[in-house]
Amino acid sequence: MISISEVIETNEMIDKENLDVRTITLGISLLDCISSDIGELNENIRNKILTVAKDLVSVGREIEKEYGIPIVNKRISVTPAALLGAACKSTDDFVSIAKTLDSAAREVGVNIIGGFTALSAKGMTRTDELLIRSIPEALSVTDRVCSSVVVGSTKTGIDMDAVRLMGSIIKETAGKTADRDSAGCSKLVVLCNAPDDNPFMAGAFHGVTEADAVINVGVSGPGVVKTALEKVRGKDFEILCKTIKDTAFKVTRVGQLVAGEASKRLNVPFGIVDLSLAPTPAVGDSVADILQEIGVEYAGAPGTTAALALLNDQVKKGGVMAANYVGGLSGAFIPVSEDQGMVTAVEKGALSLEKLEAMTCVCSVGLDMIAIPGDTPETTISGIIADEMALGMVNQKTTAVRIIPVIGKGVGDTVEFGGLFGHAPIMSVNPFGCADFVNRTGRIPAPIHSFKN
Amino acid sequence: MRKIIITVVGKDTVGIIAKVCTYLANNEINILDISQTIVSGFFNMMMIVDIAGSKKPFEDVQHELDQIGDEIGVQIRCQREEIFEGMHRI
Repeated sequence: MISISEVIETNEMIDKENLDVRTITLGISLLDCISSDIGELNENIRNKILTVAKDLVSVGREIEKEYGIPIVNKRISVTPAALLGAACKSTDDFVSIAKTLDSAAREVGVNIIGGFTALSAKGMTRTDELLIRSIPEALSVTDRVCSSVVVGSTKTGIDMDAVRLMGSIIKETAGKTADRDSAGCSKLVVLCNAPDDNPFMAGAFHGVTEADAVINVGVSGPGVVKTALEKVRGKDFEILCKTIKDTAFKVTRVGQLVAGEASKRLNVPFGIVDLSLAPTPAVGDSVADILQEIGVEYAGAPGTTAALALLNDQVKKGGVMAANYVGGLSGAFIPVSEDQGMVTAVEKGALSLEKLEAMTCVCSVGLDMIAIPGDTPETTISGIIADEMALGMVNQKTTAVRIIPVIGKGVGDTVEFGGLFGHAPIMSVNPFGCADFVNRTGRIPAPIHSFKN
Repeated sequence: MRKIIITVVGKDTVGIIAKVCTYLANNEINILDISQTIVSGFFNMMMIVDIAGSKKPFEDVQHELDQIGDEIGVQIRCQREEIFEGMHRI
């Protein structure tokens, strides 16, 4: 029988340590919506989302209430829109798809829908390029749509033409949303080795390897790990690692429970649990605070990469036994604006873009929610993307870049995105150029997989 | 059997258990276990109950116990047992 101390422990995690399920994401295939007529395509997309997702939000609320666990987001991911674009003759046609996704998301009550996506790891099709060129307009006229572009993978190498294009698309998106601190870029991510079952935005899409509909769940719990580590301050690495692992197990079990219930009630198959440590701007919900608790003065100080590596690994080791299927991005996220501890580390001068890049080698995803000066050249943004994609390609992991050149602002300014997106100081960017590198056309070949050293 | 965990947290006063138990009895909810402790100066009580025999929907039980909590100045929460089983049992 459950004991009172166990009940108190669970409820304290929820009440005081920000334990929550970060997202239930319903993946929906839109492949059966394809039509040669753009009007019919949009109508099919709308009907399918409204049918499959009609109960998502109400079921999420029911589960929250019955178990007493907050489920912060209920979201939808769909088939990469570029694959649906046979009927699209212009960027305006793709913008109309974005508007359809936006209004369908609004109608079913979800706050974000992901999948305005192009898969261009080895090259761009005509429709891929049309979608990519429609992104600035699409993100400026919609509220809930998230966009992603896959520009590389370990198996295919990096499509540098897409990388170069994304440098200018990011700048253009920033310009189109300049009145909102260039917030359009907070809904746009460039990926290498993107998983098909990721429940987290902005990079979520419903991959073509997936079934017709699927429930994926992302867990959270940086505050729970931080509190557990406070109790073993000064102890050796064995105890440190065991504590993270035990805590990750408990957190993930809640995610598995919620995923199973949502799957049952929505009559949609369960896909995966994403074993994540996902921070929010709330105080006490920070991955950077965990790194400090492990022993670095601020995130970014020497030792940070090693501390993050062990944290990431223990989260996976604890979580993998707690979940029936594991997937998505799985690992600690290190966004800047969405993590108060990271923001503080940047303000203190402890954390640079280069150190963040090093940290992304050992944890989930990549350069995330980083505000940079609005006058950063397009080619420099492409260079930053290329570096991050190379890390993913060579290390056989997912990497991503979600970077916001804030038009009209420079180093020393701060930017407010609001809500879960948080706020951030503008970070400085290496002033030396890389235009001659970025302006080469073609692609970087896939790396060799033998002779590792 | 449909197990629910009821937790009561707040300042200790006369009659907390009596009020909650009376409500449960009136709604044919069977108490399987009760324990209590003091954490950081606050009264903490936990009940494991079975609501399978109650005609009242779980949502109404949650809501009405919440109201009783408001009347006596404590927080009363009802949660399905599986969240605790999931987290603390392999």
